[in-house]
Amino acid sequence: MASKLTLSNRTGWTFALPGFALIFTFIVLPFFFAIGLSLTNQRLLSPNPTQFVGLENYRQLLDFAVVTLEPERNEAGEVVRDEAGEIQYPRLRAITRSDDHPQYRGMREWFRWQSGENVRVVIANDVVFMKALVNTFLFVLVVAPVQGGLALMLALLINQKLRGISVFRTIYFMPVVVSIVVVSLLWRFIYDGQNGLLNSILQGLSFGLFQPVDWLGEPSTALPAIMAMSIWQAVGFHMVIWLAGLQTISPTLYEAAAIEGASKWQTFRYVTWPGLRNTAVLVLVVITIQGFALFAQIDVMTNGGPRDSTQTLVFQAVERGYGKQDISGGSTISVILFAIVLAISLIQRWLTRER
Amino acid sequence: MAFDPDNYGLRLFVRYLVLCLIALIFIFPLVFMINSSFKPDNQLLADTSSLRAFVPVGDISLNNYFGAFRRAPVGLFVLNSVLVTGATVLLSLLICSLAAFSFAFLRWKGRDVVFSIVIATLIIPFETIAIPLLLLVSKLPWIGLEGLQWGWLNTYRVQIIPWIADGLTIFLFVQYFKGLPGELIEAGRVEGASWWQVYYRIVMPLSGPVLATAAILKFLVMYNQYLWPLIVVQQETYRPVMVGLGYFFQLNVAWGEVMAYLTLITVPVLIFYLFLQRAFIASIASTGVKG
Repeated sequence: MASKLTLSNRTGWTFALPGFALIFTFIVLPFFFAIGLSLTNQRLLSPNPTQFVGLENYRQLLDFAVVTLEPERNEAGEVVRDEAGEIQYPRLRAITRSDDHPQYRGMREWFRWQSGENVRVVIANDVVFMKALVNTFLFVLVVAPVQGGLALMLALLINQKLRGISVFRTIYFMPVVVSIVVVSLLWRFIYDGQNGLLNSILQGLSFGLFQPVDWLGEPSTALPAIMAMSIWQAVGFHMVIWLAGLQTISPTLYEAAAIEGASKWQTFRYVTWPGLRNTAVLVLVVITIQGFALFAQIDVMTNGGPRDSTQTLVFQAVERGYGKQDISGGSTISVILFAIVLAISLIQRWLTRER
Repeated sequence: MAFDPDNYGLRLFVRYLVLCLIALIFIFPLVFMINSSFKPDNQLLADTSSLRAFVPVGDISLNNYFGAFRRAPVGLFVLNSVLVTGATVLLSLLICSLAAFSFAFLRWKGRDVVFSIVIATLIIPFETIAIPLLLLVSKLPWIGLEGLQWGWLNTYRVQIIPWIADGLTIFLFVQYFKGLPGELIEAGRVEGASWWQVYYRIVMPLSGPVLATAAILKFLVMYNQYLWPLIVVQQETYRPVMVGLGYFFQLNVAWGEVMAYLTLITVPVLIFYLFLQRAFIASIASTGVKG
């Protein structure tokens, strides 16, 4: 009887088709396009026919090597030093432009470190991409725990029974509804090196001892500054998700803890936290995925600079795919990005699996 | 001892103090934005070195607002955003709820496979498909008043159609529909209502909360669009508000006008949020239940 009521192939398909067709065309298809395009040399507009290039795009992006520079020696075999006593090394070009090492041709220095008398240099085919990859991971590794933790603290604060508490909840959530583009522009004033609000506040608090910093102009502070702003903007979002998690914990558990005479910390450790396990994984995964998509802040605030210290994967994908019309290059970065996100989602599945 | 840790009044005072200080951190850039929008450029920049940045003092006027309208087609940008956002939200509510109705109440061949594909798209961030999607929409056909055309760049449709259906909206509807009493739907069928009638006479009138949630989430995404219109709309005729901002950074930047423009595009959303804050917060909370 029930099956007669519900088995309805034609209506079923008719109702679902518009939505499914749109999702298929604008999400599923481009996704497979990205994989296909990353194996070609497709450009947005090009007079030449598109060719299949295999994994060449991936090699171009990911290829790197470690080479060793040995000190220069004079005829007697002694290490050459300059007046300051610094050991002299041959230039990197001697390796990357030499015919002896065709595999290193065109590679450039990424970073180097001293190892005994020798210097080890990591050279990469695409140093900007490598920096974007590292910056993106750095961003996620800092923002995910800090933002998740602060959001939980705010949620616990807001979960108190106090008169007027919903006013504070409304205010803490407010930056979430403001566009990240608007937020980024406003924070350019806060981070300004001349008379930015942050420098003014720090100088006021230190009675003028603090030396002004050009927060977005220094390679060492630009990425941390963007991290701080991103946390400020989105922390309210995750506060609300934590709150929803907190409200699923049964009040009888708290009553039991109170009867047992548990301290505040014990109540949190043994009642609240175990009840939030799945929420914790969700919050971390959502922040991580949002973090890997970092783009607007960079585009509005730094354009990847100074000295590539704020390059990110999505910024590079857009700069190549759109700016330079190099669709295949942009798609390759997109596929690498997706592979990372997929890996994280699978880890989430594994962490929240039924036991 | 003068200090009594159990003093209820004192503890309450400290709690509110902490809450207020945190509130200041979240609100000060917005206060700065609104106040600055009334100040001339030289005063605006000078004020950032003191607390005057947060109060409307000095030479206060609406000149920046007039200046912003003279400098850029502000009305057009706002109209574009309202049009694109409104159309996408309405179409999304209709198409996603229909699809979800089918997944939740109907049994048909291929349903489970199709639903799994829809759910699988939840883990594809838009940023990873933006570039191939750009290539795709640059080649799509369209039949309009002028006949067959190729390419969707520089149109309203390129900003609307790809955003109508998404896995999260469909998922939220399915979850909600599954919580509705099944007897209601069966009763409707027994009385001879068609599935379409069950959808709009029985299910939709009961779906207020999920419609609000889906509309608010879509609204936030659409009104704040940046990356997508940035790469698919070069002509100012179709630019939305966030991309229109670029207009103020050509040649000499007038910061007062920038602040006026930011205030104009942000404050209506904030007012909207303050009126509907319960619904806004509930809609974000409901995305967390999917874990």
